[in-house]
Amino acid sequence: MSTPFYVSPEQLMKDRADFARKGIARGRSVVAVQYADGILFVSENPSQALHKVSEIYDRIAFAAVGRYNEFENLRIAGVRLADMRGYAYDRRDVTGRGLANAYAQTLGTIFSSGGEKPYEVEIFVAEVGETSADDQLYRLTYDGQVADEHGFAVMGGAAETVATHLKEHYTHDATLETALGVAVAALGHAETGDRVVPVEDLEVAILDRTRTQPRKFVRLRESRLTDILGERGPEQPDAARSDDNVGATPPSAPTTDDPADPTDQVSGGVPPLEHPLTGEPTEHQVPPPTAPPTAPPTAPPIDPPPGPTPEPTDPAQPGEPQPPAPQPPFPDPAAPPAPGTPPADPGDPLP
Amino acid sequence: MADPRLPAAYLMPGTSSFSDFLAAEAPDLLPSRRAVPSGNAGDLAPHGTTIVAATFPGGVVMAGDRRATMGNIIAQRDIQKVFPADEYSVVGIAGAAGLAVEMVRLFQTELEHYEKIEGTTLSMDGKSNRLAALIRANLGLAMQGLSVVPLFAGYDLHADQGRIFSYDVTGGRYEETAFHSVGSGSLFARGSLKKLYRDDLTAEECVTAVIQALYDAADDDSATGGPDLTRRIFPVVHVITADGGHRVTEAEVAEIADRMLAARMQRPDGPAAALI
Repeated sequence: MSTPFYVSPEQLMKDRADFARKGIARGRSVVAVQYADGILFVSENPSQALHKVSEIYDRIAFAAVGRYNEFENLRIAGVRLADMRGYAYDRRDVTGRGLANAYAQTLGTIFSSGGEKPYEVEIFVAEVGETSADDQLYRLTYDGQVADEHGFAVMGGAAETVATHLKEHYTHDATLETALGVAVAALGHAETGDRVVPVEDLEVAILDRTRTQPRKFVRLRESRLTDILGERGPEQPDAARSDDNVGATPPSAPTTDDPADPTDQVSGGVPPLEHPLTGEPTEHQVPPPTAPPTAPPTAPPIDPPPGPTPEPTDPAQPGEPQPPAPQPPFPDPAAPPAPGTPPADPGDPLP
Repeated sequence: MADPRLPAAYLMPGTSSFSDFLAAEAPDLLPSRRAVPSGNAGDLAPHGTTIVAATFPGGVVMAGDRRATMGNIIAQRDIQKVFPADEYSVVGIAGAAGLAVEMVRLFQTELEHYEKIEGTTLSMDGKSNRLAALIRANLGLAMQGLSVVPLFAGYDLHADQGRIFSYDVTGGRYEETAFHSVGSGSLFARGSLKKLYRDDLTAEECVTAVIQALYDAADDDSATGGPDLTRRIFPVVHVITADGGHRVTEAEVAEIADRMLAARMQRPDGPAAALI
């Protein structure tokens, strides 16, 4: 067994944070907006069954982005914790703050324990109060940090773009109709131009304080959404993402080499960031830009991707038009890498 | 080592049952895990009495009287013994009141827990089987006098009808047709319903029939409470249809009870059924 290189704690934490952030940034965004009668959650989620927003308890809801198996685990733990507390004490004794604390401790411990992969998730824990001043909205990050949000909050892939749009259009104590319209428009907002998110791809849920039942969580189904949103112009579905959970999704590990990224496990032979003995930062040897994309005569065409590339051959979605792919198609591991693949992962928003 | 994260049992995938989770994580919270010294503990605890349920086209009605007794003492005059289990079902309890109320709370949590984790509700048969499992776990206490015998009713969204399930102390589950009652006054209530029940009752007529049955039970069973006119305490009545369940308001029950009592002033034994 070889002696491991010394890695400074700062570098270790940075690597782990970069890893988690990259995983989250590949996914879609979730928006939480406070409106007059409660809290609204909107996400673009093509799956009707695998939810990103769910009920935890009477007045508490949970929303998450990132790896489904990890946040589903946290969601179930939250339901168990809330039900246990409500059963042992009383229903009123289950609070969003207690739940957010439990999540923060769990995420923080996992993040800083060396033997475990950090969770690639971000979470909202929201609790609706008697008035909008009593509403609570907590945002938890992969490393266990908790932020108390007010008004609106965004997490996930294009969080900054969506948040910018929301900041411009958000109004305090809006109606459900207004708040939903703003949130959906924000999700469709991109620097390259706005698009209309299809109603069937929206996952929307509310914590409605005006509901008479003790359980305030309600999912808004497609027909109700169509009524509320009204006519919005032609709908444009987004390209498939790694966290869509629809059809056979490709493995979420990056398949594009990025020598500049130390957490990129695909590219072999990347020099360490620091020289192991002197501690001097090493020069990144960014490969020279490859030749312009001209397919060699022997290589199969890139678009549509050949053979076993999962998305277009998915039998569950016959006849669905191939969405425009913002990233290069995932190459067949058996085939030689397609020429013209850019050296840096274009989906990586990190500086 | 002190680890501040949630205990491993919380993060473990697997069971969707809250009582199974409780048995593993905090067994002392389960009502059936109480160790009671040998002997009969039945005289120590108040006992709930009569519960009646009846179906009508499009739903089911359950009603319970308001009395809890301890031997010859009336322990409570306004106890509630019929509870919503979830949106489409209701559970009424007879037997050791404290244990029964705790079991109802566990059952309510069990159904809600499953619904939240699985994202779908249990089937009507699934719910009734879970209740049977809770009763079965209580057999040890039942043999020491702390038995709990529930009556479970709900609207089955798949079969599009109201259904009633009764139980014995060993957890045996029996589906009943049309109507059923449990508790000390159940024999009289059932006899009354035999004469009053028809299968084309409306919801309101069905509520009237079960209130009549509870009156007949209170008439002949000292442990069943009749309508308390001075304190205005009336039976708890729940109606469940395809739109979900709700408790019939005090005012509505009082109005039906007042009409019934006015008729009983003329004929104290209640309405006469045709001979043939």
